Amino acid sequence: MSLDVRELTVTFGSTRAVDDVSVSIRSGEVVVLLGPSGCGKSTLLRAIAGLEHMDGGTVSWAGADLGGVPVHRRGFGLLFQDGQLFPHRDVAGNVEFGLRMAGAPRADRRARVDELLELVGLGGRGARPVASLSGGEQQRVALARSLAPRPRLLLLDEPLSALDRGLRDRLVVDLHDILASTGTTALYVTHDQDEAFALADRVAVMDAGRLLQTASPQQLWRRPRDEQVARLLGYRWFVAADALSAAARPSGVQPPDVLGLGAGSLVADPDGPLRGRVTGHRLTRSGTNVSVIVDGLGCMQARAGSLQPLPVGAAVRLRLEPDEVAVLGHPGDAHAGTG
Amino acid sequence: MDRHGRRLGIALAAALPAAFLAIFFAWPVGSILARGLLVDGAVDLSGVTETLGSSRTRRVVGQTLAQSVAGTTLAVLLGLPGAYLLYRCNFPGRGAVRALVTVPFVLPTVVVGVAFRSLLVDGGPLAFLDADGTFGAVVAALVFFNYAVVVRTVGAMWAHLDPRSEQAARALGASPARAFWEVTLPALAPAIASAASLVFLFCATAFGTVLVLGGPAYGTVETEIWVQTTQFLDLRTAAVLSTVQLVVVTASLALSGWSRRRRETALRVQPDTETARPVRRADLPAVLVTAAVVVGLLTPLTSLLVGSLRTPTGFGLGNFANLSTTGSGDSAGGGLGSGLEVSVWQAALNSLRIAVDATWIAMLVGVLICLLVSRRPRRPAARRALGVFDAAFMLPLGVSAVTVGFGFLITLDRPPLDLRSSVVLVPIAQAVVAVPLVVRTLLPVLRSIDERLREAAAVLGAGPVRVFATVDLPVLGRSLGLAVGFAFAVSLGEFGATSFLARPDRPTLPVVIFRLIGRPGADNLGMALAASVVLATMTTIVIGLAERLRVQSAAAEL
Repeated sequence: MSLDVRELTVTFGSTRAVDDVSVSIRSGEVVVLLGPSGCGKSTLLRAIAGLEHMDGGTVSWAGADLGGVPVHRRGFGLLFQDGQLFPHRDVAGNVEFGLRMAGAPRADRRARVDELLELVGLGGRGARPVASLSGGEQQRVALARSLAPRPRLLLLDEPLSALDRGLRDRLVVDLHDILASTGTTALYVTHDQDEAFALADRVAVMDAGRLLQTASPQQLWRRPRDEQVARLLGYRWFVAADALSAAARPSGVQPPDVLGLGAGSLVADPDGPLRGRVTGHRLTRSGTNVSVIVDGLGCMQARAGSLQPLPVGAAVRLRLEPDEVAVLGHPGDAHAGTG
Repeated sequence: MDRHGRRLGIALAAALPAAFLAIFFAWPVGSILARGLLVDGAVDLSGVTETLGSSRTRRVVGQTLAQSVAGTTLAVLLGLPGAYLLYRCNFPGRGAVRALVTVPFVLPTVVVGVAFRSLLVDGGPLAFLDADGTFGAVVAALVFFNYAVVVRTVGAMWAHLDPRSEQAARALGASPARAFWEVTLPALAPAIASAASLVFLFCATAFGTVLVLGGPAYGTVETEIWVQTTQFLDLRTAAVLSTVQLVVVTASLALSGWSRRRRETALRVQPDTETARPVRRADLPAVLVTAAVVVGLLTPLTSLLVGSLRTPTGFGLGNFANLSTTGSGDSAGGGLGSGLEVSVWQAALNSLRIAVDATWIAMLVGVLICLLVSRRPRRPAARRALGVFDAAFMLPLGVSAVTVGFGFLITLDRPPLDLRSSVVLVPIAQAVVAVPLVVRTLLPVLRSIDERLREAAAVLGAGPVRVFATVDLPVLGRSLGLAVGFAFAVSLGEFGATSFLARPDRPTLPVVIFRLIGRPGADNLGMALAASVVLATMTTIVIGLAERLRVQSAAAEL
């Protein structure tokens, strides 16, 4: 265990923005803090960086309490949503800033800057003024700047949210490779589930200032602790296993399990064990989504594989897609994977 | 250890400006209040009721309010078309006109008064109006002085208004006038309110202009404090009047602060692009009004210049040559105060020396205040402490110079602090007057820096001093030059406080000009005009140099 956060609390007036949160990050691990906007995840990140006053709890690194250590002595890196590059310095001047603060010799700085610009795909652009860069390039420079002093922990605060979708999808892959190749220990804050899935060794789900569950992405999506966590992950309908016939249940599911279903959980299949009636449909990139009333379960959505629309009112047979169904945690193992 | 060291540093940085303001602002002002409200240690309001009940006071307060309301209304009405034309439209020579309308605002108040008198006195070009010493003349001079405040404050916001909201209104069927009334004017309202409250403050505290121009029949609270102190030696009445003035200043400051906060909120949604377009036919009324105003601004300036070159023996540089003398009339008057003890050039040299001292004092105090007030501490207790400091430091932001001068006069003339004969008294008083301007120039720039930029530097290993050096200082750099220029120019032209404190053997240029204009004879008038030209040139050069350093983003502030 390298970073250890114990019972951290931050209040703004009467609001508890971060409420009694404990989390640990092992060396080389990437933990993603996932939660809706305003849930306190950025505040938690800033408190760990030393930028927010803590009303309770401790932050320690390798067992040493960081309470009295000011921001600039913590050796953590921080990447903001909008880069916050120094406007009066060029690209290289931004990247080498942390190295200068650490007193690195000039030759070392230059070598490290070149290495990092190469790493983020901006090799040879050190002399460019930062204002001439696009949003994606600025964010790459900001990443290089925060990685340059080899921080023992990199904190990333929604670093891709300000970019458009296509750029984000590309950068998230790059970011994953860069974090893996540099062996960086990182805490990454986002509200985007795809980013969390792509980057995380473990995901911590946060809502209203509280940490609800921490688990590997697979475990989290397959076995969210309870309905609250499942809803934050996008599951919208909850079905008790005994409401389904044995044939309709995914293998291994037994009463008293509760299933969480999302938009992709139900699939139209002529041989499916469930019956329903179509009430509407809309096209998506991956096929047709139909609204259906499923016998015994109620109003839901299902995926119809083809692009041929099913007429409204048509009878339809459906089955559950086992990989798209969550099984809510049993009361006994509600905290599986936490800590 | 590190944390304690940092706290100690912050405490020291807070202690210096706090001590400065406590000794040179709070104590004098408190003494004024005490003198006006207390008799033998007990609250006694008889002096207040007596003073406020007198017909003379009622007239003075009424004239102050009337003059401020009239001056503000006219400045806003004339300034709106000017703001539109000079900031929303584009035409050749726009930069020159913008610079021209700013000149009156940077002129020392005494010079403004002298320039208007040169127009209105017997033999002046507008003598037929018979307006010397009238309400109209004073209001005209105040509008002359404050026009630029409205144009620049409103214009800076207008330049950044998104034209598409007005276009949307037009597309929905609104006439140009209707679209202006329904869409543009409400959007500008915070800037107009901000400018108006500032102009009101300047009008209500106008001293030099009114004293020079108003003559014996016309007086405001400011001039009355001076008259009661220096002519009637009635310090208690002066103290009561100063108390009244404090109330007026505090009220208009509160209004100004409130409207500025609203403007800052409103400005956040503005795009950062210029939206100027060419002048069109429909802009004709704005063009006509602004052209008339520009002629109106040029007239007193021209009159001042021409008058300074007119000698009893025809046009020439005789008046400027006389500046090395102590003026005529020494033999005629002979008595105390009628003659100058030093030459005008000597007074100009005094002014420069004093301005240097006042400037470094004002910068030291002002920069420390800005650094402190712009901090955003993370500890709630520190945040609360800063809130108190913030309010305390903002208090003297609209200080009336006469109150400062009068306050110094009654507090710093005996132990524990006897500075009466000390040469530091005038520079310190001028620094108190200049500090608000330094703060107003620097604070918005410091506050415009994204806090996360400082955080980014701190996370990368920069300590507080290095954060300041790498993030704040490069942004602040040019504004520091601007603030130095402002402080220097304010000090050069300062008259309200200096008129109470300057010793007869060490007068400043504005004091000398005032003495000259008060003495009979064409020679003395000519010398006053020539000295005014010298003073105006000095301040304009200083401000011109400083303006070249102005950061674009800070243009909205004065």
